[in-house]
Amino acid sequence: MQARTIPTGKNHQECSVTLRFIIRRLVFLVLVIWAASTIVFFIPRLSNRNALRERFGELARTGGFSPADLEKIIASMQQQFGLDRPLLEQYWQYLHNVVRFDFGYSLYRYPSTVSDLIAQSLPWTIGLLLVSTILSFIIGNLLGGISAWPRAPRWMRSIATPFVLLTGVPPVIMAILLLFFIGFKLKWLPLGGAYSVGQVPNLSWGFALDLLRHQILPALSLILGSVGGWVLSMRGMGITIQGEDYVNFAEHKGLTAGRIFRDYYMRNALLPQVTGFALALGTVVTSAIIVEGLFGLPGIGTMLNLAIRANDFPTIYGIVLFITIAVAVLMTIVEFLYPLLDPRVRQS
Amino acid sequence: MNVTLVHSAVQPHVPMSIAAAEPVLRVRNLEVTYYTDSGRAKALDNVSFSLKAGEKLGMVGESGSGKSTLALAMMRMIKPPGRIEGGQVLVGDTDLMALDQEGMRKARLSRIAYIPQGAMNSLNPVMRIGAQMIDAVRSHLPDEPKPAVEARCKRALQSVDLDAGVFRMYAHELSGGMKQRVCIAIGILLDPDVIIADEPTSALDVVTQRQVMETIDNVQKAINAAVILIGHDMGLMAQFVDRVAVMYAGRLVEMSSVREMFTDPKHPYSRALIRSLPSLDNKGVFQGIPGLAPSLLRLPTGCAFHPRCDSAMPECSTARPEAQILPGGRSVTCHLFDGEA
Repeated sequence: MQARTIPTGKNHQECSVTLRFIIRRLVFLVLVIWAASTIVFFIPRLSNRNALRERFGELARTGGFSPADLEKIIASMQQQFGLDRPLLEQYWQYLHNVVRFDFGYSLYRYPSTVSDLIAQSLPWTIGLLLVSTILSFIIGNLLGGISAWPRAPRWMRSIATPFVLLTGVPPVIMAILLLFFIGFKLKWLPLGGAYSVGQVPNLSWGFALDLLRHQILPALSLILGSVGGWVLSMRGMGITIQGEDYVNFAEHKGLTAGRIFRDYYMRNALLPQVTGFALALGTVVTSAIIVEGLFGLPGIGTMLNLAIRANDFPTIYGIVLFITIAVAVLMTIVEFLYPLLDPRVRQS
Repeated sequence: MNVTLVHSAVQPHVPMSIAAAEPVLRVRNLEVTYYTDSGRAKALDNVSFSLKAGEKLGMVGESGSGKSTLALAMMRMIKPPGRIEGGQVLVGDTDLMALDQEGMRKARLSRIAYIPQGAMNSLNPVMRIGAQMIDAVRSHLPDEPKPAVEARCKRALQSVDLDAGVFRMYAHELSGGMKQRVCIAIGILLDPDVIIADEPTSALDVVTQRQVMETIDNVQKAINAAVILIGHDMGLMAQFVDRVAVMYAGRLVEMSSVREMFTDPKHPYSRALIRSLPSLDNKGVFQGIPGLAPSLLRLPTGCAFHPRCDSAMPECSTARPEAQILPGGRSVTCHLFDGEA
């Protein structure tokens, strides 16, 4: 029998453990993506609705061709999209396409592919959602950390309180309030759109500034509402950590206050928050639909919203699947980061 | 009668050089009060003592008697609602209580080091041991070059019998005894004048306890620091310290050489403590001390120990005894010895 914690000669062992961990996570990731795509494949086929029939029926009603031709058109389209073939064959073809990020054609914006639509709208969403999620993570944890730090001055510890109060305000209301007061009444910032009407996207400072001005209100409405959540969970962690022996011993060692705060207190209190961050990434999309819609930003949320209204099934499912994959990948990345942050996780 | 002369004469086990030296640590009238919702609790009441370089003092007493408060007060680490109300802690000629925040920060570890009670959790779980030693040195000697700092840390690890490889390890990879040694190594990094070890062996098994105590003994001899050892374990203490101080309800009730304490305890509380130790002669018969330690919020009048004292006199419940220096240099805070000073 070999003891598990022999300090010498463990490098080899540690390496294979790490490798096993990575492989296991990657296999799990593939499984998640497969499950998500399978659900996305079967759910529309469970419903009685036929997207083609609805779309062409609508066209037929508004005129253009006779209802008699409708059946023929639908039949030929069914054949073109491969909808007349057996379900399993369709499923196999579909999986084959998903692997190549081919989600098919958009019905509403035919002949654009769903991948094209996603590629167009994705930068907007990443620019706003990811940045504001990261910002509110940083701000919230810093404020929460300070608010539970007994050695911080009282005024510093109370900065976090208003943010906690704002947690109860849903992003919609927050966005409307910001729009009304800052955009409409005070006219400090534009009311909506990704950039000013008449501007042509280019690589100049003027355009970049204009772009930034348009992102401030949407970002604020996302950040103001979510900082409080981070503050609360971080404060809970902080209260536990500040009483830990190693924080006290750090002070006994005569370390400067800043170093104790950073290396001994925050570093440890942040560990569970990283998991929280991975979970928060999952809710990013929900906020995207609301906030992008309200501010008229051409992101993934808006695209999804439009697709739903237009019964554009391939686009809906393409976007949903894409988001699922993106969140799963991001979470896996965070999970790979975690052992780097906490040495104790590395061995178990 | 000349007290100091007799003092050095009756302590043959203390080398003359030490006995004659100036005290390196002088604690004078130290007072700490906790302001709780249910009232003021005086956790340290007029505590005074001094230690010479190389001397080891054992501090014993029940839980809540003020041992740890004393250690924290000397480090100026009493947290609200506690407050240091007065007194001096002189290390050499520096009064720690008079230093500013930054001065006190620098004095910690470099003049007066603290080896923590819960060594199990006293090391940062996400930093390598080496990094935690380096940042301790760096915050006091910012100009020392990196190789010198590292050499200093590895020397400290060596002097507590730890492998240099520990430098690259994390706390969770060490055993309890090893963690406690790391804490000791950190404590001696800057050759402090005074080391306070707060129950350094409380969570360890007996074999490790002995090893850790021997480690403390060795490093203390190497840097000739004054050591205050806090703990309940009288037996363990008897083997390692030169003098023993007994605390009761925030007061120092008796302080004497370890031999005198074990052969001829003076204060009724010390007597009861010594009596309560199991011995080979009276197997199976344990004598506890009747009653409970008093609440600091409602201390008995007069001597705080009088309700539990077997030789209480009428005056004990009315007049507070003051510390008496007996012939021989030991100090006792009890009315029984009022006439003898």
